[in-house]
Amino acid sequence: MNIYTDMFVTFFKVGLFTIGGGYAMIPMVENDVVRKKRWLGSEEFIDILAVAQAAPGLFAINMATYISMRIAATREGIRGWLLGLVGSLGVALPSVIVILLIAMFFQSFKNNPWVMRFFMGMRPAVVALILVPCLRMFKTAKISVNNIWIPISACALISFCGISPVLIVLCAVVCGFVYGKMKGGRR
Amino acid sequence: MIFWQLFLTFSNIGILNFGGGYAMLSLIHNEVVEKNAWLTASEFTDIVAISQSTPGPIGINVATYTGYISVLNSGMPEWAAVLGAIVATLGVLWLPFLLMIVVSRLLLKSISSMDTDKTAIINSMFSVIRPAVVGLIAAAAILLMNSENFGSFAESPFQFIISLFIFGFAFIGSLAYKTNPIILLLLCGLAGLMIF
Repeated sequence: MNIYTDMFVTFFKVGLFTIGGGYAMIPMVENDVVRKKRWLGSEEFIDILAVAQAAPGLFAINMATYISMRIAATREGIRGWLLGLVGSLGVALPSVIVILLIAMFFQSFKNNPWVMRFFMGMRPAVVALILVPCLRMFKTAKISVNNIWIPISACALISFCGISPVLIVLCAVVCGFVYGKMKGGRR
Repeated sequence: MIFWQLFLTFSNIGILNFGGGYAMLSLIHNEVVEKNAWLTASEFTDIVAISQSTPGPIGINVATYTGYISVLNSGMPEWAAVLGAIVATLGVLWLPFLLMIVVSRLLLKSISSMDTDKTAIINSMFSVIRPAVVGLIAAAAILLMNSENFGSFAESPFQFIISLFIFGFAFIGSLAYKTNPIILLLLCGLAGLMIF
């Protein structure tokens, strides 16, 4: 198998067999890319996770693209962007297929009273399941008494003042940059 | 033209997304439910529920599903809705993909000469962005705590109280017992089926 097909198949499998979002993919990608195919070393893999997490966009796509660029950098005759494209499409394709099948199916059952009651029960749970990762992120985002005003004001501005989340993100990026520069200049 | 609008909207959502699929939800809710009114709030919640319990990244699942339903809601046929799903998905992918290529070129070139000053700036930048993202996710949850998802106490107190119980059950199940979200969603759906 050439490396492009191999990449596509690997990430297609990852997309198909991980449920629960990008981070659930990490162990599976590591197993395939580091242990089985030996495309990368395990330290390189950790660097890749850090960059894929920090950059904007979808974690899975960032990971596929950066892994490809790393592979292309160490081997002759591989186009990194093409490998990344193949990997990204591979990881996205199972979602598109599965969701489209469900969407078509669900549209025709939407007004069935059983289905309606099932979804009525599920909706409050969805809200709870969004709140939980948010609380878990308190640790990884290093939230303390000093900076808890950031998430609280971001949340209040969006949900109570109707400020667009787009503005909040842009503002955080700019403020973060300025803060970093100031802190860097002081040293 | 709804396809072009979908593409632009999801391009925006893609590049402004820091911190994964859940952070994306408040961006999508803002654009798709509030600004463009392509979906109702309860349709959005159903999409999130289905996206959480199907394979693949949540961001891609939500984009695909939202693209499909938005086009369908605007009165177009099913084949156009499939096109809408593909357009929204590509929209959410292309900018981060290009950015990643540029970033990795730069990083691979300068990985040995990456000075500690630059790393320090990037680190403090994210010390502001990450807490803001937590606020963004919380906002998504708060925005979805509405009468479309919980019922209203005035109209049907029964549904409202049961909804609160379901919410508490899923919250504790996920936070304290780390129960698989798919199992929780199925259990809550079954509870709704039997009680409502």
